[in-house]
Amino acid sequence: MSTKPPLLKVLDLISLALLIAAAYMALIYAPTEASMGQVQRVFYFHVATAWIGMLGFIVAGVTGIVYLRTQRLKWDIVEVAAVEISLVFFFIAIVLGSIWARPIWNTWWTWDPRLTTAAVTELIYLAYFMLRQGVEDPERRARFGAIYALVGAVSVPITFMVIRLYRTIHPVVIGTPSAAAQGGFNMSSPMQTAFFFAIFAFTIIFIDLLWNRVRLGRFQQEVEDLKLRVIQ
Amino acid sequence: MEPRLKSGKTAPAQRPQPGFVQTLFAVVWKDLTAEMRSRELLSAMLVFALLVIFIFNFALELAPSVRSEVTAGVLWVTFTFAGTLGLNRSMAMEKDRGCLDGLLLAPVERSAIYFGKAVGNLTFILIMAAIILPLYALFYGINVFRPGLLLVILLGSVGYTAIGTLLATMAVQTRTRDVLLPILLFPITLPVLIASVKASSGFLEKAPDLSAILPWLNFLIAYDIIFIALAFMFFDYLVEE
Amino acid sequence: MIYARKLVKRFGTKTVLRGIDFHVERGEFVALLGSNGAGKTTFLRILASLSRPSLGEVRLAGYSLPHQAAQVRARLGFVSHQPLLYGDLSAEDNLRFYARMYGLRKPEARIAEVLDLTGLRVHRREPVRTFSRGMQQRLSLGRAILHDPDILLFDEPYTGLDQDAALMLDDLLAKISAQGRTIVMTSHDLARTESLATRFDILARGVISASARRGELGGNLLDFYKKALAG
Repeated sequence: MSTKPPLLKVLDLISLALLIAAAYMALIYAPTEASMGQVQRVFYFHVATAWIGMLGFIVAGVTGIVYLRTQRLKWDIVEVAAVEISLVFFFIAIVLGSIWARPIWNTWWTWDPRLTTAAVTELIYLAYFMLRQGVEDPERRARFGAIYALVGAVSVPITFMVIRLYRTIHPVVIGTPSAAAQGGFNMSSPMQTAFFFAIFAFTIIFIDLLWNRVRLGRFQQEVEDLKLRVIQ
Repeated sequence: MEPRLKSGKTAPAQRPQPGFVQTLFAVVWKDLTAEMRSRELLSAMLVFALLVIFIFNFALELAPSVRSEVTAGVLWVTFTFAGTLGLNRSMAMEKDRGCLDGLLLAPVERSAIYFGKAVGNLTFILIMAAIILPLYALFYGINVFRPGLLLVILLGSVGYTAIGTLLATMAVQTRTRDVLLPILLFPITLPVLIASVKASSGFLEKAPDLSAILPWLNFLIAYDIIFIALAFMFFDYLVEE
Repeated sequence: MIYARKLVKRFGTKTVLRGIDFHVERGEFVALLGSNGAGKTTFLRILASLSRPSLGEVRLAGYSLPHQAAQVRARLGFVSHQPLLYGDLSAEDNLRFYARMYGLRKPEARIAEVLDLTGLRVHRREPVRTFSRGMQQRLSLGRAILHDPDILLFDEPYTGLDQDAALMLDDLLAKISAQGRTIVMTSHDLARTESLATRFDILARGVISASARRGELGGNLLDFYKKALAG
């Protein structure tokens, strides 16, 4: 087994530094929003984690296609890594959103399109892991996983659209806000800086985590390999 | 060369291969014939559907005033649950005596097998709906025979079976087969369920407002097309090793 | 008729077949012998176009897999230890279904022929679910020869058969092999194959480790088998 590549070690450290910096930007650097107060600061990490969640599922969808075309298990490892990371980050995004919604919308949870879609997405990718658990043969597991990840990736935006046909109260911060949205606000420029910095930081963190998780996946495969050799 | 059977005296250079439509109908014919003999699948779906309605009746206390509003929801949940039962049974039949291999050994296009199975499954769901609907009307004194509603049931069932047949093919090849299908299927079919319920309840109103229903119908058509295309693309990968 | 070169099959990280070279001439009846788990079924499934090799080349009846799979499938019959029949359909309807799946031109005449050959004419309207294991296996053979294939692949056809059923299957196999088809049959039962096959190949450690024609054996298959396994 190979030792950790130096570049990855550096990236680990950069990720950690970026996380601290992003926290500083969100909690101290950015000004307090006038009407909502301190709780608005949740927003920076909320959007950034949700972005990572989406990014991961897009990566999973793309690697799914690549796997089906090439039939190489290394792409399957990337796919699993991406889905796993996304699952966690989407969960964090939902929890952060809940914390924000409690004082602003006066409820922990509403059946708003984004929230509901996020929850359904979590369910789809939980199902993804249950599916994988039920298949012994690694190639078949990878094939089924890739297909389900792709079907899920197509289904998620459709779910979003259909739920949006109901009226939404989720604020739209970028793009045109809908009339019914509550808790919208205009970002001042330091807020924007903190916002885009958070997105940038989490993107780097995502790359770092993905790299580490793919390495772990390779090790898992090697261990399986060695186990089989011992048995044979 | 030693003697062969009568029909095999001269081996033709090019062997006949059934076309797409021929294969599709062969698979549908096989599923319907098997069902006419055993009646296992339809009877299970029907009994289950009735039980779901009964459970809803007591769980939601379907009072006359509430009924008309929840009718669409109850109907679609019933169809969805009973549909899963049918999908599972229909694919289990292919797995039982290794028949899936038998299908794959034939010189036919894989997508024709998929569409055959999907059409068979759709037929079973529609037959179930055709029996459940009048019973529901009888139980609750609601007129459910509106052309609009029937159209919604058709469109919704097409989307549901398109993706359901694909995922059932997947689920049946796993260790946890029966348990897995609803878990895989429900989050993916949620859009169909929502759109079907909305469109159905629109048509069940005393004066249906077409302009409000139309977006849902369009949505159902779009969903059907997208997921039929997806299943068409992926079915080969599901069954080919 | 059958040509496989440097065939490798991996399941994940486990390599089952490690470079198989295998050639069968028209009209040969090859018994593929080997212990359980040697990869006989895997190999046969690759020949039957049901599974893809990780590496290597396969050609059957002049067509290569997987690109000309439909042409190969139209000329190929496969009997596995599962019957590949629908329990709820009658014997006749099972054959009717497969006749359609193979695009047979005169299905009814051929179905009658096959039912006679397998001795199942009297049971033709009964659902396969009610058949004994031996009857199912005979019908399965009928299904495999229905479309008059040039190549037949049998994967342990004797599994789970009692003595009577096995004898009837012997009879049927002898009839079918006399029709000049190319046949490959896997088995771990040496005695069963001894009277039928014209060639004996041993699959061990992922390769064909030995091969001998009937004439070369000197009538002692067991010795040959033991020697081949010992390497």
